[in-house]
Amino acid sequence: MEKGTWLLKRGLAQMLKGGVIMDVVTAEHARIAEEAGACAVMALERVPADIRAAGGVARMADPQRIKEIMGAVTIPVMAKCRIGHFVEAQVLEALGVDYIDESEVLTPADEANHIWKHTFKVPFVCGCRDLGEALRRLAEGAAMIRTKGEAGTGNIVEAVRHMRAVQGDIHRIQTMTEDELPAFAKSLGAPLEQVQEIKQEGRLPVVNFAAGGVATPADAALMMQLGADGVFVGSGVFKSSDPARRAKAIVEAVTHYQDPAILAEVSRGLGEAMPGIDVRTLAPTEVLATRGW
Amino acid sequence: MPKKVRVGVLALQGDFREHVESLQRAGVEAVEVRLPAQLKGLDGLIIPGGESTTILRLIDIFKFREPIIDFIRGGGPLWGTCAGMIVVAQKATDLTRPTLGLINVSVCRNAFGRQVDSFEEDLTIAAGDFAQREKPFHAVFIRAPVIEETGAAVEVLARLPNGAPVAARRGKVLVTAFHPELTPDLRFHEFFLGFSAMKE
Repeated sequence: MEKGTWLLKRGLAQMLKGGVIMDVVTAEHARIAEEAGACAVMALERVPADIRAAGGVARMADPQRIKEIMGAVTIPVMAKCRIGHFVEAQVLEALGVDYIDESEVLTPADEANHIWKHTFKVPFVCGCRDLGEALRRLAEGAAMIRTKGEAGTGNIVEAVRHMRAVQGDIHRIQTMTEDELPAFAKSLGAPLEQVQEIKQEGRLPVVNFAAGGVATPADAALMMQLGADGVFVGSGVFKSSDPARRAKAIVEAVTHYQDPAILAEVSRGLGEAMPGIDVRTLAPTEVLATRGW
Repeated sequence: MPKKVRVGVLALQGDFREHVESLQRAGVEAVEVRLPAQLKGLDGLIIPGGESTTILRLIDIFKFREPIIDFIRGGGPLWGTCAGMIVVAQKATDLTRPTLGLINVSVCRNAFGRQVDSFEEDLTIAAGDFAQREKPFHAVFIRAPVIEETGAAVEVLARLPNGAPVAARRGKVLVTAFHPELTPDLRFHEFFLGFSAMKE
C-alpha cells in the first residue's frame, strides 16, 4: 500500500474537474456550498474582498475554524497557507485538510522561495499568471494549478489575462520544433523537460482551474471555454445578495459551459452580484497576483 | 459487422475525460453525456469519479434519475467508479439525496479517511472472464468509498487485503471503489465493454 504519491496527489484534482471550489469562512457557509453542489470548499479566515478591505497581514485560518468546516461537510476541504510558509503547511497537513493552497491572497512569508512541496503527503495547488510560473510551481511539487486572476475584485479581466497567457504559450509550444524548445524554456524560466512534455501532450500535466474574479455564471463559463478544468469562486458567492442561489447557478454553468441556452436560464434573477473593482484603480501594492514569481 | 460500439460517460462533474480517453484507447467511441437525451442509443454508460454530492445534485437538476433507471431496465450496461459507485448504490452514508439504487450494495463514503489516507494497492480480480487474472490490477483509491453490505446475486470481484469489498457486479451493473481510468491498464474497461455484448 502506497500513500502520498504523485498519482494520488494529482488524482484528487482530477476528481474535482468540472466543478466549483468555493471560499467559505464558517461551517454554515460550508454547508451552503456543499448543498449548492460545490465539489470542494476552501476554508479561510476572510474572503478575499474582506482581506482587501481589512489590510494588514493575512495568515492561515485558525485551526479551530478549519476543523469546524471539516466537520460540517463530506466534500474535500482545502485551506490556504502563505507563500513560503512551510510551517503553516505542516500545520494544515496535521489538521488533515485535503489540499493546501499556497496562496498569494495571503501575505507572503518568503519573497524568494516557495514551499518545497514534494516533501508533503498532502497535495498543493498554486497560482500562476503564465505558463512559466505554472511550470515552476509544478517543479516544486504542486499537483494542481490555478490561474491567479485578481482575488476579491469581482472582475474577471485578470483571470482571463492569465488563462490566455497559459493557453497561448501551450499553443505556441505545439507549433515549435524540438530545437526551439530549449530557448523557449529559458524564456519561460521553466525546466526543459516540462516544456517537452507539454509539446508531447498538448496540455499541462496537471489540472488547471481558474480563480480570482469569478462573480457570475457567465464568468465561470467564460473561463471554462478558455480552457479551465474548473473554477474557484472566492468572494463571488458570499459577497452577493443571494449566496445559495448564485452558488447553485455557478455550479450548473460550469457543467453546461458550452450551452448558452442553459447559461441564460441559470443566470436569471440571481440578485446583486458582488460589487466589483476596476483593477486599473488598484495601487501596485494592492495587486495580489504579483506576489510569488 | 454491427455498428461501432458507443459508450457514454456522464459528464456532469468529475474525471469524465479520463474515462473517455480510456474508452478511446480500448477502441470504442466515447460520448460525453450532459443531458438525458444523449443516453439514447448508447451501448453502455459510465458514471465517473468526482464528488458524489455534486453529481447527485446535478442528476436531479438536469432530470437524469428516471432516464438512467430506464437505460438500465432496457438492458444498458452501467459502471460507476468511486463517486459513480456511490451514485448507483442502493444506499450510501452521509448523503442528503437518495442514490439511484441500481445495484444492491450499501456503501460507506470516505471510508478510509481524508486525502492523506488515499492509497494505491494491487488487487486480485475474482471475475472468471477478467483478462490475465494472474496479473494483479494496480488500483488507485482517492478518498474512496467501500462496500459494506452486498445483497442477493451481487458478485464481489475484488477485496482489499483486510477483506473489504471494493469491486462488485450484478448483471450488467459494475461498481469499483477505485479508478481504472487513472492508470494505463485497460482491463477493467475491456471487462465492462464485454457486458454490452452479453445476452439478456
